Amino acid sequence: MLGRRGSLRFLAAPPFVWLTLLFILPLLMAIAISFRPHVGPISFVTGWDLSLLQYKKVVDSPSWLRLLGISIGMAFVIAAVATVLAFPIAYFLAFRARARAPIFLVLLLVPSATSFLLRVMAWKLLLGSNGAINSFLIWIGLIREPIGLLLYSQAAVIITLIYVWIPFAALPIYAALQRIDRSHLEAAADLGSGPWTRFYRVTVPLSFPGLVATFVMVFIPTIGEYVTPVLVGGTKGIMYGNLIQDFFTRAGNWPLGSALAVVMLGVTLLLVVVALRIVDLRRVVA
Amino acid sequence: MLVLLYLPIVLLAVFSLNNGTTLTFPLKGFTLTWYQAMVGDQALLGAARNSLVVATAAATAATALGFAVSQAVLRFRFTGRRLLLGLAGAPLVVPFVVLGVALFLLFTALGIPRSLLTIAAGHSVVALPYATLILLARMVGLDPALEEAAMDLGATYPVTLRRVIIPLLGPSLLSAWLTCFIVSFDEVALANFLAGGDPTFPVFLYGQLRFAQRLPVLIAMAVVLMIGTIILTLIANRLRSRD
Repeated sequence: MLGRRGSLRFLAAPPFVWLTLLFILPLLMAIAISFRPHVGPISFVTGWDLSLLQYKKVVDSPSWLRLLGISIGMAFVIAAVATVLAFPIAYFLAFRARARAPIFLVLLLVPSATSFLLRVMAWKLLLGSNGAINSFLIWIGLIREPIGLLLYSQAAVIITLIYVWIPFAALPIYAALQRIDRSHLEAAADLGSGPWTRFYRVTVPLSFPGLVATFVMVFIPTIGEYVTPVLVGGTKGIMYGNLIQDFFTRAGNWPLGSALAVVMLGVTLLLVVVALRIVDLRRVVA
Repeated sequence: MLVLLYLPIVLLAVFSLNNGTTLTFPLKGFTLTWYQAMVGDQALLGAARNSLVVATAAATAATALGFAVSQAVLRFRFTGRRLLLGLAGAPLVVPFVVLGVALFLLFTALGIPRSLLTIAAGHSVVALPYATLILLARMVGLDPALEEAAMDLGATYPVTLRRVIIPLLGPSLLSAWLTCFIVSFDEVALANFLAGGDPTFPVFLYGQLRFAQRLPVLIAMAVVLMIGTIILTLIANRLRSRD
């Protein structure tokens, strides 16, 4: 018979072991490999002559650092715009939709459940030089020649990813807005503040932790992107993630690729620490 | 706004029924050719089947582990409690490309060949935060007295689990499972690094997208799978809201 202690071990041990083996250990592994000076087969036994060579290569490559900067900038813009555009949707759902809220929630869930690759492909088909937008504009006689700049640019990556993240971003904002105690808004109205003041002084501050959480939840997957840049960005739209992927596939330099990945991990964790300083994310989740 | 969100998806469905390999207006005409080609495409169907297998395994592992995490965290006080909760949520803050290469390195160092199993292992980790959040949200609302009553009446913990806790959580467990299933089914960035010769559908799709002539068939399959995923999402949502 399992006692209370036994029950706890029975519950807590599997997730602890699972996450240690498949989450902590691999990340430590990547960090360890990033300190290796040589390319070559990896094993636990050999090749542990550690050095900072790979990190030196990263720091000495202005083009890589610039790409990191560009990717951080892109992720920032994408996360900020997606959060801002998702806000009115969430606001409508929480405050205006009333009895129709469940229907609108479903309408929002459908695009977020649609395959990520499929939605990226949709933009490729839309933006291509003989794609839907160009051919449609020619068909209705607005332009004669296709606009060539639409696809394979940084803008295409940004537009596509904003589109991809909006429904995903609306859900946590909706949850944050729903948690606002309506009596606060009534109290503000009773004390004589108009709808705009109520919005800026009550709704926005009370939903702010949710907005920060949403921003982080979009920023992190975006900074690691390498799939969307390949599909709609082309050479002009590549991101830092493409660099990492390259060293693990074509270039086949795992220690250098690991160092680049560790740098990205550092940037992401820094952002999370900053976000936790601004708001208590654990309270957002709970 | 909602119309704008749907427009590209609708265009894809139109494309899969259009008689042409580009989405050019005016449309060429209605056809079911691509869907017919899809049914006969063994590589495509195999990839879709692989995705079902991987997502089923990953969702089952993630839901079981998420259940264990939320039970341990809510019903017990112990050292490492906050660590466990933090660890279960941590995969959300690591970019997939980083976790992808990290798992790739680990499996390579251990001499484990990449297969559907390695993809499922990776997906179980990234789906775990979703399962934990959904189950925690539901468990907070359950009265712990129900479990205590069962234990006081002589039920062991496993019996209480089977007869009291799991039935009470039923719909939420299914909802968590479906959410994890969808997370895994659609995932490509991580799977790319963990797939061996046998790809899941997103990995296969990603590899084939370079070939323009293949596009309509791939999109047709993707549209079919999309309809399946949407139905699962709606079921998961229904189950959650009924609790």
